[in-house]
Amino acid sequence: MKEFALMMIGAALVNNVILARFLGLCSFMGVTTRVDTAAGMGLATTFVITVSSMADWAVQTYLLDAYGLGFLRTVTFILIIASAVQFTEMTIKKVSPTLFQMLGIYLPLITTNCAVLGVALLLVEGRMGFLSATMFAFASSVGYSLVMIIFAGLRERLVLADVPRLFAGPPIAFIVAGMLAMAFMGFSGIATS
Amino acid sequence: MANGNYKTIMKDGLWDNNGVFSMLLGMCPSMAMTTSATNGFGMGLATAVVMAASSYLVAVFRNRITTEVRIPVYILIVAAMVTVVDLGMNAWMHELYKVLGLFIPLIVSNCLPLARLEAFAAKQPPFPAFLDGLFMGLGFTIALTVIGAVREIIGSGTLFADASLLLGPSFKAIELRLLPADMGVLMMILPPGGFIVTGLLVVGKRLLDLRAGKEIQMAGAHAV
Repeated sequence: MKEFALMMIGAALVNNVILARFLGLCSFMGVTTRVDTAAGMGLATTFVITVSSMADWAVQTYLLDAYGLGFLRTVTFILIIASAVQFTEMTIKKVSPTLFQMLGIYLPLITTNCAVLGVALLLVEGRMGFLSATMFAFASSVGYSLVMIIFAGLRERLVLADVPRLFAGPPIAFIVAGMLAMAFMGFSGIATS
Repeated sequence: MANGNYKTIMKDGLWDNNGVFSMLLGMCPSMAMTTSATNGFGMGLATAVVMAASSYLVAVFRNRITTEVRIPVYILIVAAMVTVVDLGMNAWMHELYKVLGLFIPLIVSNCLPLARLEAFAAKQPPFPAFLDGLFMGLGFTIALTVIGAVREIIGSGTLFADASLLLGPSFKAIELRLLPADMGVLMMILPPGGFIVTGLLVVGKRLLDLRAGKEIQMAGAHAV
């Protein structure tokens, strides 16, 4: 139990998907102008990462490894992720039309969110068991959502700040993200993974 | 197509519409793989090969791909090219492959190749599309090498360290030590440095564009 807890803290905070591993930066910069959209995106991505990682794990173990098809990994995983995204899109449309409208064009973009493929590749390369792989995927995506929401909060304030024209928009957002990454480095040492 | 157009394609890819500094696409490898100039260069070249090949293929098949399924088809074409590069690098450039690791398969979910396929290769004949993919990829390589160089010089005081190990013995000559080893600012090699250096370099490009009397681009392509 203790190992699981440490691994999950490690995946969510210490080796944060966005700030330490640099995965999913497009959505990190693109969808964080408002807290509610960032939270919705975080929720949808958490769902996609967890579901598709479980499917990826099963396919890797029972299909690719079993029949020596390792070289098809990239192609297979991206197909699984695309289907998981499609599935999520249909689910959200049915369950919460409001959230569906809010996320709109960003939903299909989850397919090309490298956090999804990145987490899947990490857990396959880490040779994890099914339970720890699922936990790892879930914890990583919780870390992703957390940073998305924090950064969206920072950017809502940043809009009101008087920034030099040359720095306006993305550059100042990058520098703020750098400071956030420095803050997250404070977590290193709590747990290793 | 006239020669002038080819020149515009090249200039667009290398500078005017640079994937990283103007469009802010493909940010993940441009921060994760730029702890040294050599890594950035290798990552950029791998991406350029994938972009040129997949742009060419999409342009060849552009009239056969129906609009509804185009995105999955693009992703599959890119994924196939990435697999080729992945296996090729594993076989012939194993040291570099080990360093870049996870980020080679992740070229599939890099937004830059997909953005160029959708915006350019889907509507153009194969040769201009190939050229666009190649030069967008080279612009990406330049951006990654510059980010890597800045981070490496400030962070560890070297430039192109390990180039002979990763790229081949003939690159020995470009390995430089600019500052003594104990003067490095570790922060630049760590994740925060990636964000800060990229932010400052985007400002640098805006400044140069402003000097040249051009409009500065205020937002990235995906600030939709």
